[in-house]
This record gives sequence, C-alpha cells and structure tokens, in this order.
Amino acid sequence: MSFLVPDTGLLFWMLLAFGIVFFILYKYGFPVIISKIEERKRYIDDSLKKAKEANKRFAAAEHKSNLIIENAREEEARILREAATMRKQIIKEAQDKAESEREKMLLETKRMIQQEREAAMRDIRSQVAELSLSVAETILRDELSDEKRQKEYAERLLDSIDVEKASEK
Amino acid sequence: MRCLRYILLVLISLLPFAGMCKESGQGGVDVRSIIFEHVKDSYEWHITAIGDNHISIPLPIIVYSSRTGWECFSSSVFHHQEEYKGFRISTSGDNEGKIVELDSFGNEVRPVLDLSLTKTVVSVFIYSIMLVLIVLYVARWYRRHRIEDGAPKGFVGVMEMLITMVLDDIIKPNVGKNYLKFAPYLLTVFFFIFLSNIMGLLPIFPGGANVTGNIAVTLALALCTFIAVNVFGNKEYYKELFWPDVPSWLKVPVPLMPFIELFGVIVKPFALTIRLFANILAGHTVVLAIVCIIFITMEVDTRIGGAMTFVSVLFTIFMNCLELLVAFIQAFVFTMLSSVFIGLSQPEHKAKKH
Repeated sequence: MSFLVPDTGLLFWMLLAFGIVFFILYKYGFPVIISKIEERKRYIDDSLKKAKEANKRFAAAEHKSNLIIENAREEEARILREAATMRKQIIKEAQDKAESEREKMLLETKRMIQQEREAAMRDIRSQVAELSLSVAETILRDELSDEKRQKEYAERLLDSIDVEKASEK
Repeated sequence: MRCLRYILLVLISLLPFAGMCKESGQGGVDVRSIIFEHVKDSYEWHITAIGDNHISIPLPIIVYSSRTGWECFSSSVFHHQEEYKGFRISTSGDNEGKIVELDSFGNEVRPVLDLSLTKTVVSVFIYSIMLVLIVLYVARWYRRHRIEDGAPKGFVGVMEMLITMVLDDIIKPNVGKNYLKFAPYLLTVFFFIFLSNIMGLLPIFPGGANVTGNIAVTLALALCTFIAVNVFGNKEYYKELFWPDVPSWLKVPVPLMPFIELFGVIVKPFALTIRLFANILAGHTVVLAIVCIIFITMEVDTRIGGAMTFVSVLFTIFMNCLELLVAFIQAFVFTMLSSVFIGLSQPEHKAKKH
C-alpha cells in the first residue's frame, strides 16, 4: 500500500512550490483580476441603469414633444376655424351693409324721382293750365266775336249749370 | 477515407506500446507493473521506448543520509550500475522503486531525508511555472486595459469565464462576506488542480505525470486548506469548537462534544486528500488497464487482439473524455469543499443570524 504513504520529499517540494505559486498569484495575479472583473460588473450595471434612465427620459421627452405638436395642431385648427367663421361673418356683414346701402340709395332715388315727377307734374299742370287758358282765351275770343254765338254760349253754360244742379240733387 | 485515416493514426500512435509488449515478452504482459510504473513516482522521467532504446530524462537525486550526509547525483548513474555510493533503488518490498541504503545489518532502509527531484516534483514545478505564467499573463491583460474597453476575448476570455464561475458559484456562496480575503487562495487551488489534472491526461512529456493522483500532493493542498481554516477562523468558530451550545453535561465531566468537534477538524483535510487522490489515481489506472487489454489479447491470439484493439481504443477515448470531466469536477469539488470549510470557520455572530 505504498500509494497511501505520502513521500516526505514530495510533500516538502509540493508545499514549497505551491507556497511560492500562491504567494506570487496572491501578490500579482488574482486580486488584480478579481477587482477588475468586479469593477467592470459594477460599471456594466451602472451603464445599464443609466441607459434605462436615459431611455425613460427620452420617452418622456418624446411624449412631451408629441403633446406639444398635438396642441399646436389643435391650435392651428382652431385658428383656421375661427378665421373661416370670421371671414364668413365679415363677408356677410359687408353684404348686409351693401344691401342696406343699396336699399337706402334706391329709396332715396325713388323719393327723388317722385319729387322730380311731382315737380314736373306741377310744372306741366301749370303750363297746361296756362296753355289751356290761353287756348280758351283764344277760342273764346274767337267764338265770342259775334253776338249770336255769345248768346249760344251763355245758354249752354246755363244748361250745364242746370245739369250740374240737377245732378247735385 | 477519413475513417481510414483515423484508424491509421490510432495504429501509429499505438506503435510505442508494441515495443513495451515485446519487452516483457516471455512471461506475458505484466499489467500490474505497467500501470504501477506509470502512476507511481520515479527517479527518472521515462518518455517512451523505441525497440529496446529507452528514452528518459534523468532527474537529480538529493538525499540526506546519516552515513554520508548530503548526497546529490543524477539518477542516470543507475543505468549502468546497481549501486552508487551505497545507494540503490529497491526492487522489492515496501520500498519498491524508492532509493535505499543498507544499514549495518544489511537491511534496506530509506535515507533520513529524500528530497530528490522526482518525476512528480518536476511535474509540480513545470505546472507551477505554467500556472504562474498563465495567471500573470491574464492579470497583465487586465492591467493594460481599461474597464471601458470591454470584456476580454480568446484565452483571457476563457480564463475570465472560469474565474467568474469559481468566484460566483463556489467562493461567494460558500465563504460568505469575507470572500475577497480567501478568493486568491481558492482560485490558486482550483487552477492548480485543474491544470495538473488536464496535464496528467496528456500522454507525452510535459504531461502524463500522475500529480494529483499522488497522495503527497493532495495532502499538501489539504494542509494548506487546513491552515487557512484554522488560522483565519474567528472567535465564534473557536467558541463553537471548545464550548459549543449544547447541554453542559455533554461537555463538563467528559468533553464529549469538543472531542467530536476536534475530530471533525482533523478529518476534514483527510477527506480532501483521499477524495482527490483516489479519483485521479483510479482514472489513470482504468485508462491504462483498458489500453493493456490490447496486449493481453494480442498474446492469446493476434486476430482477437486486432479486434480488441478497436474496442480498446474506443473505450480509451471514452475514458479520456470521462477523465476530462473528472478533471474539472475534482478541481471544482476540492475548491468547493475548501470554501465550505473556510466558510464554516467564519460563522457570523449569532445576533445577526436571528
């Protein structure tokens, strides 16, 4: 069973070699590696967290900008609508005004025409009266130049008066 | 075509063993000695034999004898003579294969101290140097790169994966909050065992030595863990050891519980030692035994031997894959048990637990 008996020499050399290896690696090997690995792990975790935060912030900003754009669009639509109604109103007002103006002018014109016509009528009447007077004068003068005719006339006049009186009755 | 090429390759790779077969020709294949020759320590590093020419690296023998004091000579002196300055390599008995000298009664006795650089010692040195170079190379990568440069690729990436695995799966959960203090030690243990196991599976020179399958090596590792556990154990640990929280009749007249606890402390390194040693030794033995099937059946009948070659190579490939797994698992288990023991020696204060 020589397998189960550890050799002193081998044990000594093994302890020595392993001790030296352990010392070197303890001093220059593993602590550097471990610290770097852990540091990188932390760095990655941090970066992930930051990226997540940035994403969240970006999403929020996007949401905000979307909101702003939507608001602007609504505002635009509202302004356009208002402008449209205002335009309609202005046009309508202008039309109304023009209508009333025209009516007023029409009335005025009508009135002026009426006046003109009345004036003309009056003028015509007076002229007609004058003319008829002069015509009647001329006719009368002409007819009443002899006596017989004067008589006839006077009688006719009387007749007509009679007729008038009778008709009055 | 490809299949043929593979078979040819396998046959060629078996050629060295053909010499071995001839060598022990008359008396049949001595499987026991072939296997033992491989798994046991030796004073020279036997690489291969081509025909009758043995190619091996002689290693220095350093002994302290009460007779002559310190002696240092190459193991190649025994190639031509059996005895040198009163030392010889024993061929039988308890000290078979070890260096011995004759005492005044003519009995073979071991020298007082045998610090020879044997095959296993040299392997330990080579693997230690490899391990230091690998880890320092990886550490240099980390020193030269900033964190923003990202994760390493290639070999350093593989090492980082292993280191992170050991850190996160073994050390952190088992050792507790003090893990940074013990992580370098546990990582050194893991990589030393893993590298030795893997190298032990390689059949040619720098590999092939049965390092972790040698009880002295595993005992040394277990002793280191024992020291780490008991030197850095905190007050709570020692209180639990000598004055545990049990009814006082269990500890006052006869210190029953302290005795059991102390027994546990001593048993722990033994468990570590035997587990690793036995697993690796068994792995090496099984692979060699399966390879030896070829030579045993060859002797009975060449045709059966030819057929068995195929079966044996298949089995060897399977065993090697299994051993690859075992190499990792044993390194993992040794590190995990060490972390558990260290974690148990760092109990948190009771008030914190509740």
